[in-house]
Amino acid sequence: MIIRFFHQMGSPRYFYNIAGKMIPWFMVSFLLTLLAGLYYGLIVAPPDYQQGESYRIMYIHVPAAWMSMFIYVVMAVSGLISLVWRIKMTEIIIISSATVGASFTFLALATGSLWGKPMWGTWWVWDARLTSELILLFLYLGIIALHSAIEDKRVAARAVAILALVGVVNIPIIHYSVEWWNTLHQPASITKFDKPSMDASMLIPLLVMAISFKLYYGAVVLMRARAEIVERERNSRWVQEMVEQGAK
Amino acid sequence: MSTLSLTSAFNLLLKRDLVLAYRRRSELVNPMLFFVLVTAMFPLGIGNDPKLIEAVGPGVVWVAALLASLLSLDSMFRSDFEDGSLEQYMLSAHPISILVLAKILAHWLVTGLPLFIVAPLLAILLNIPGEAVPTLMLTLLLGTPVLSLIGSVGVALTVGLRRGGVILSLLVLPLYVPVLIFATDAVKTSIAGIPTTAQISILSAMLVGSLVLAPLATAASLRISLS
Repeated sequence: MIIRFFHQMGSPRYFYNIAGKMIPWFMVSFLLTLLAGLYYGLIVAPPDYQQGESYRIMYIHVPAAWMSMFIYVVMAVSGLISLVWRIKMTEIIIISSATVGASFTFLALATGSLWGKPMWGTWWVWDARLTSELILLFLYLGIIALHSAIEDKRVAARAVAILALVGVVNIPIIHYSVEWWNTLHQPASITKFDKPSMDASMLIPLLVMAISFKLYYGAVVLMRARAEIVERERNSRWVQEMVEQGAK
Repeated sequence: MSTLSLTSAFNLLLKRDLVLAYRRRSELVNPMLFFVLVTAMFPLGIGNDPKLIEAVGPGVVWVAALLASLLSLDSMFRSDFEDGSLEQYMLSAHPISILVLAKILAHWLVTGLPLFIVAPLLAILLNIPGEAVPTLMLTLLLGTPVLSLIGSVGVALTVGLRRGGVILSLLVLPLYVPVLIFATDAVKTSIAGIPTTAQISILSAMLVGSLVLAPLATAASLRISLS
């Protein structure tokens, strides 16, 4: 049963149809959670006793930062699957995720910088988290560049899979070395936002936003995967039939 | 069937690469010259205040070493790819990761080791005090092989591309960050007169870890690039 499910999901045509049916559900639930999260985060949640209203950018910043790491892990896992079992769909997932992941990483950096200006007084500090996020952005850009440089897309997907795996081995090392570097080179003058001591009225909207961002990622990655499938399978009969029917 | 043992295959490949490098001696000097030149540019750019130069010295030497290593990486598999010998290695009965390790070792001996040798000269140029020079050399001895090993994965992924150079730097430089951090920190700590055992241990761990993992990733990448 489960094996049959995975077997079917491995077939581009089946995946294409299922994805097409799933996208509206993802989109609707994304919009609902987004509205709820933004309403509770921006209007209902109380202002922070230290940071006032400006902490509210957290409702975009923190979920975006979580997504940037989550998507990289998704890519590495799909990379492993596609290298070991040669499943076409996981190759497509890696590529479809890369640009979304890079966008979330950029969003996390940009909102972090906007948040840093009123809090720390500068747009950028070489804080450990900011720095490792910046390096993560470079890793994403490397993956996108490598994929677009290799012409044969199947070869490109496997090359990118290896790169994602090498990256995922390195991310913890990079993260901890940056943290170590930071504690040595910067005095603890930066007042970091204390996460565990967060009130439920602030935490719940944050979690809702995190779920909302995940749903958005699900919808976008399926859309991109469908586009990628059609492009790759353009010589197969079902795609040509579909295009002819659409043209009528 | 192959009658060549793995050890002799490794040695033959290493010897072949070293002979090839020795025949092109002028190219041998280039990474070293680049290393010295980049380092000499920094004081010109930031001013001749001895204290300032001393403060940025370890970082400058290491950034220059990263760039020199990056510049020479591209030649690791290039000629073998172009004349088809890389495909012959793929067909051999021996594990590719070990053969790849021989090539990486040869490449490091030709491009990494010279950096280690000229380091004392650069230490003088950058006002790095004498007591810290052994640490600087030790970090280069431990760190540059890591650069070659990590770099080999990037080279293997980009060897089939016509314009691999720019992409290579994009792939490899973020992965060099930990080496840069710990190596420069070791030198700075030793300038301050504090023992550097922790940093040296971590650099050694990185060397051992990449020695085990990088050849496997490189071999897999080469198989993909040549498919």
